Amino acid sequence: MYVAVKGGEKAIENAHAWLAEERRGATDVAELSIAQIREQLSLAVNRVMAEGSLFDPDLAALAIKQARGDLIEAIFLIRAYRTTLPRFGYTNPVKTDRMACDRRISATFKDAPGGQVLGPTFDYTHRLLDFKLAAEGEVPPSPKGQPRTDPVPHIADFLKDEDIIQDEPASDDAPADLTRQPMEFPAGRPLRLQSLARGDEGFVLGMAYSTQRGYARNHAFVGELRIGKVAVEMDIPELGFAIEIGEVELTECETVNQFKGSKTEPPQFTRGYGLVFGQSERKSIAMALVDRALRWQELGEDNLGAPAQDEEFVLSHADNIQATGFLEHIKLPHYVDFQSELELVRKLRRDAEARTTPQEAAE
Amino acid sequence: MTDQTKTGNAARQEWMGLLARAPEEELIALLDEIGALPRFQWIRHPEVGGVMVRGRIGGTGAPFNLGEMTITRCSLALQDGTVGHGYVQGRSKRKAEKAALVDALMQTDAAGDVRARVIAPLGQQMQTAKTTRAAKAAATKVEFFTMVRGED
Repeated sequence: MYVAVKGGEKAIENAHAWLAEERRGATDVAELSIAQIREQLSLAVNRVMAEGSLFDPDLAALAIKQARGDLIEAIFLIRAYRTTLPRFGYTNPVKTDRMACDRRISATFKDAPGGQVLGPTFDYTHRLLDFKLAAEGEVPPSPKGQPRTDPVPHIADFLKDEDIIQDEPASDDAPADLTRQPMEFPAGRPLRLQSLARGDEGFVLGMAYSTQRGYARNHAFVGELRIGKVAVEMDIPELGFAIEIGEVELTECETVNQFKGSKTEPPQFTRGYGLVFGQSERKSIAMALVDRALRWQELGEDNLGAPAQDEEFVLSHADNIQATGFLEHIKLPHYVDFQSELELVRKLRRDAEARTTPQEAAE
Repeated sequence: MTDQTKTGNAARQEWMGLLARAPEEELIALLDEIGALPRFQWIRHPEVGGVMVRGRIGGTGAPFNLGEMTITRCSLALQDGTVGHGYVQGRSKRKAEKAALVDALMQTDAAGDVRARVIAPLGQQMQTAKTTRAAKAAATKVEFFTMVRGED
């Protein structure tokens, strides 16, 4: 148990002053601006927005600067900030089929209507360090093609037309919100998705990987992965209708998984879903795999005792702010706790000695 | 609801959505060119808040809460009583104020002028940016073809 202590104010003040100096680094090197971080470290910004669970690129860039590039610390800053914001309401669900896609690929259909659009991807790069980037230089403008203006349909729609994939029927049920009520189990799929969307990328990746290695294998294909901007609409009470209040960049991943069939239903593909703020491809695929693994009960699969099937295990450990808060608190003064343990060990040793001494004397 | 209010709402929806997404500097620059803006009274001072963005499972299914985004809102009344609302993405109170002013002006006789000098050029700029991105995406479109395997 942490027990409050007093004192050390001067040391803390000086430590923070030094932190500020170290954050700045050598003063003969130009200082980073928020805009530079936002524009040039945009995938770090995206991760902070996704796991901070607040879409605001400038704030995320500020948090990264303040945290000296420690992304979990930056996420912590964003989470703390968002608790200070009054909640104006809930938006209408975003229409990802209307996304202006920068990237859209399918691993299941080479001739997907709408095409395979690679976008600004690391895929197919050689992963060799590019020393040209160490020197300053202008980047030539990238080539342009004939822009597509119609919406790009979801791949799942084509499988649905054939009735060989499980449906996701629309509803208007208000989903549980873990920023309003503490998580309870069983959580249900909407709450699981909220938790995974803000969950730690490394943790969700590890869980997803475990399913691929055989712990609750569900053989996922990436049916579709798309990245781009979608409009955000909200009902405005004083207007009496909905308006667009902005747009967010999202990454959406839909997996197509192995079949389920029953006496009443013919075998059909099942689905896992990932949706994440920003360009966060790895995270959205991982989220879809974990979502699918957590659906074992609903889909009538066996509980194999795999960690990725255990909702309580996954959701209770996915949040890096909860995790780091509890982990790091053990470095804070625990003097009283430790004092009592010290007393206990000393007593046990005295007792043990008292038991052995008479024997030694007798020998 | 009459047909006229429907069209009215649809038009207002369009310009408010545009103002919500517009880059702040461009909006301010276009308004500066108009010159002196009318006086107004606050109904609701600009305030920064968050909204919870929702998605749907599988893109079509039950809604879930994805995460929040920042928005700033305000309401004001021109001297003739016309009410304008500003709902803009991000944390700029200045942008919310300008958006509310434009919203109010778009309901007055000045609408034609404001549409021509603010809404239309803003819409054009944003459309150009969107089309440029779509063109770059189109340049990365591939036609995969599978190799015929010997055993088939």
